[in-house]
Amino acid sequence: MLAVRLEKPNNLDEWRGKARRLLVAGMPPSQVVWRTGAEENGLFEAGDDMLPSADGPVGSVPRQFMEVATSVIQHSNPDRFAILYRVLWRLQSDPHLFANAGDRDNSLLANMASAVRRDAHKLKAFVRFRSVPRDDGEAFLAWFEPDHYVLEATAPFFVRRFDGMRWGIVTPYASAWWDMENLRFGPGGAKSDVPAADAVEDDWKTYYASIFNPARLKVAMMKSEMPVKYWRNLPEAELIGPLIRNAKAMEQEMIERTATQPPARHLRQQARQPEIEQKHELTSLAAAREAVQDCRRCPLYEQATQAVFGEGPAQAEVMFVGEQPGDQEDLAGKPFIGPAGQVLDEAIEKVGIDRRRVYVTNAVKHFKFEPRGKRRIHQRPDMGEVQACRFWLNLELQFVQPRLVVALGATAAQSLLGKSSVTISKLRGQPMEMEDGAVLLVTNHPSYLLRIPDAEGRQRERAKFEADLALARDLLADLEKSGARRGSA
Amino acid sequence: MVSLSLTRKLAILADAAKYDASCASSGSEKRNSAGTGGIGSTEGSGICHSYAPDGRCISLLKLLMTNFCVYDCVYCINRSSSNVQRARFSVDEVVRLTLDFYRRNYIEGLFLSSGIIRSPDYTMEQMVLVARTLRETHLFAGYIHLKVIPNAAPELLVEAGRWADRLSTNIELPTDGALEQFAPEKRPSEIRTAMARLRGKLDEATPEGKTKAKPAKFAPAGQSTQMIVGADGANDAAILTRAAGLYSGYRLKRVYYSAFSPIPDASSRLPLKPPPLMREHRLYQADWLIRFYGFDVPEIVAGGEEGDLDLAIDPKLAWALKHRHDFPMDVNRADRDRLLRIPGLGINAVDRILVSRRHHRLTLADVARMTASIDKVRPFIVCADWTPGTSLDDAKLRQKLVPTPTQLSLF
Repeated sequence: MLAVRLEKPNNLDEWRGKARRLLVAGMPPSQVVWRTGAEENGLFEAGDDMLPSADGPVGSVPRQFMEVATSVIQHSNPDRFAILYRVLWRLQSDPHLFANAGDRDNSLLANMASAVRRDAHKLKAFVRFRSVPRDDGEAFLAWFEPDHYVLEATAPFFVRRFDGMRWGIVTPYASAWWDMENLRFGPGGAKSDVPAADAVEDDWKTYYASIFNPARLKVAMMKSEMPVKYWRNLPEAELIGPLIRNAKAMEQEMIERTATQPPARHLRQQARQPEIEQKHELTSLAAAREAVQDCRRCPLYEQATQAVFGEGPAQAEVMFVGEQPGDQEDLAGKPFIGPAGQVLDEAIEKVGIDRRRVYVTNAVKHFKFEPRGKRRIHQRPDMGEVQACRFWLNLELQFVQPRLVVALGATAAQSLLGKSSVTISKLRGQPMEMEDGAVLLVTNHPSYLLRIPDAEGRQRERAKFEADLALARDLLADLEKSGARRGSA
Repeated sequence: MVSLSLTRKLAILADAAKYDASCASSGSEKRNSAGTGGIGSTEGSGICHSYAPDGRCISLLKLLMTNFCVYDCVYCINRSSSNVQRARFSVDEVVRLTLDFYRRNYIEGLFLSSGIIRSPDYTMEQMVLVARTLRETHLFAGYIHLKVIPNAAPELLVEAGRWADRLSTNIELPTDGALEQFAPEKRPSEIRTAMARLRGKLDEATPEGKTKAKPAKFAPAGQSTQMIVGADGANDAAILTRAAGLYSGYRLKRVYYSAFSPIPDASSRLPLKPPPLMREHRLYQADWLIRFYGFDVPEIVAGGEEGDLDLAIDPKLAWALKHRHDFPMDVNRADRDRLLRIPGLGINAVDRILVSRRHHRLTLADVARMTASIDKVRPFIVCADWTPGTSLDDAKLRQKLVPTPTQLSLF
């Protein structure tokens, strides 16, 4: 039997040096015992000075082993060194050991590593510093009792977090000190090394008691995340008992006590505020634009961000009517700013319609979609929704009084013609007269052009679209020349 | 007016803040104070520094700037018609408390919200000033979460995003009708417009493709929202539909569900009873299934009855019991999407199954080692040494899988 001696309880490099030598010597795990610090060797154990000192070749170990060993070496289990060596030994003949989640050693290491990670996490969470006045400013000291040897590996976290602060953390087995320049480790200590109180602790306890909601008592949950063994070093823990004991009574009191009369301040405030129930009077385009935000004529408002009203000069000569706002339009609250809007803009410019005379809007003012993960998939509005929204489109027609209206796509045409089904190819190119005297033209929605997969077809359809817009341009010129009366309500 | 001590203000303004469920301090950029002479760090996952007896983590110093409010939202403890004691912090007081708490390792940072005083802009300005002072004057690198006042000026939003890790706007209630009824001064479209604006800023701050130019930082931990559950009559279908809509539209990191809990001096229009904690829990589970397990809202809701989730069992089990014809699944063959539908198997367990089964055919004992609840899994799977036989057809299967209620220990 060979006794291997380690100086530190948790130094992976030290263990690794010895383990390499054991491997080189071909020493099976059953022949090795591990001793730390001042533990004495057994009567029949040889010291590890027997080991070959030269570094012979040893096989490589998987990355997962080093990762898990970094944690496992900090575990308080006295067998940790032996377990690690046993796994190292097994890896020589079974390099895929880590892929087998069902292997006993593998799950043992995983459990130990997770216990260490949890302990390190609790150290980060439950250290409570207390202020100590010093000649060179303030220092902060904490006493903490970890289950494992986690201080050294966790101290750099505190360095990164508390750079501009002098601090020390004392545990039973070691201590860590930061002087705003260097991190040093020292011997362990006792609770009495750290001050017994801190002026800010009363505020912290006030906060702890106030943030607690007595109506949601879940003691088991608290205990599983903040086990009782930590409580003796947490200043707020002394409140736990009383808070739990009073919780039911506090909740009951809230439930039973009926509301009191509102304070005078509230009544004054209410008097100052304009009537909220005030109904919009729809006497102008601006008023309609304001009122559409409260529209409840169909259920689409519920999921959309906002209603997207038309945009353009209030006395525009031509009005383009699309289907409904898309994702981008819904977010920005403006019509035709997405990819389809770009197609429309290009065509308008190409055929030479003056942008300053154009009003753009949609048959349906709210975006209809189907949520799919992080995206919203466009859904075609149904006839009921189109019908409901004609109220707003009619208001826009009534106030803008365009000479010419261009329906982009079937939904717009349905709305403007009051028909439940239309075929664009049959209607396009034929100016129609609307009830109010304005001229109506029907063409495709620009998003249709974007959906055509082949370049040739896309070009053909784009040409047709532009021809329709050119017709609109010419019609508009004729209408102006003949002095046709603008549409009116 | 009698001036209140700082401790008294803290008591009032923490009490007023506790109905906001979010306490997350994770998911921000990696940042620390090393070499700066300041304090603070965020390293990915957040840390819960304490737990209150309500089982909720205390990670952030959660405060209201003030609980004076011109709004009169029925469900809110701070509504203008309530007689709770009012208080107001100065900017410096909040800054000092944050630093004092942070230095003692009580917290990960600050979550600051506020009642609306004077105007939305003024209120937002005060909160932004706290964040800026912490960052600029005190080199504070800890976590900051600011509540966004929906109709504050867009410039203030930009500045808030510059200093804060996370921003949030509360949707408050699942339906617009309920919001109008309970929060007459709030406009649902204004709240969603604020979220849309935030999403726009968040998109701008995410570098696209190969562009080298680094965009200006904006709220690296993203945006979140909160919905109150059980104050109005909305069912779980309405709540989850709303959540799915918000996730898809505004790239929210989280939707928080907050069981409506009785508040002091509550209005008689509210259901004054203990908060529906189990319902809240089931909603979180359903939310998770929708975001990470490939379920959609109608599927989840169909596991329960009449638009509400089954409170007795988790939503995945509820779904599986109504889709028994999809089971048993062979854990040695089924693809990842299918495995994720097996009750009792989480994402970690599924990933471990996928790795392990490459090396050997998995037995029931192997699967048991990878999950916490093999009892729940067993009726739904086939593996090397196990088939459930006819137990899937057992009319009493649900009954057998309902967890036996345990008496909650009081202390």
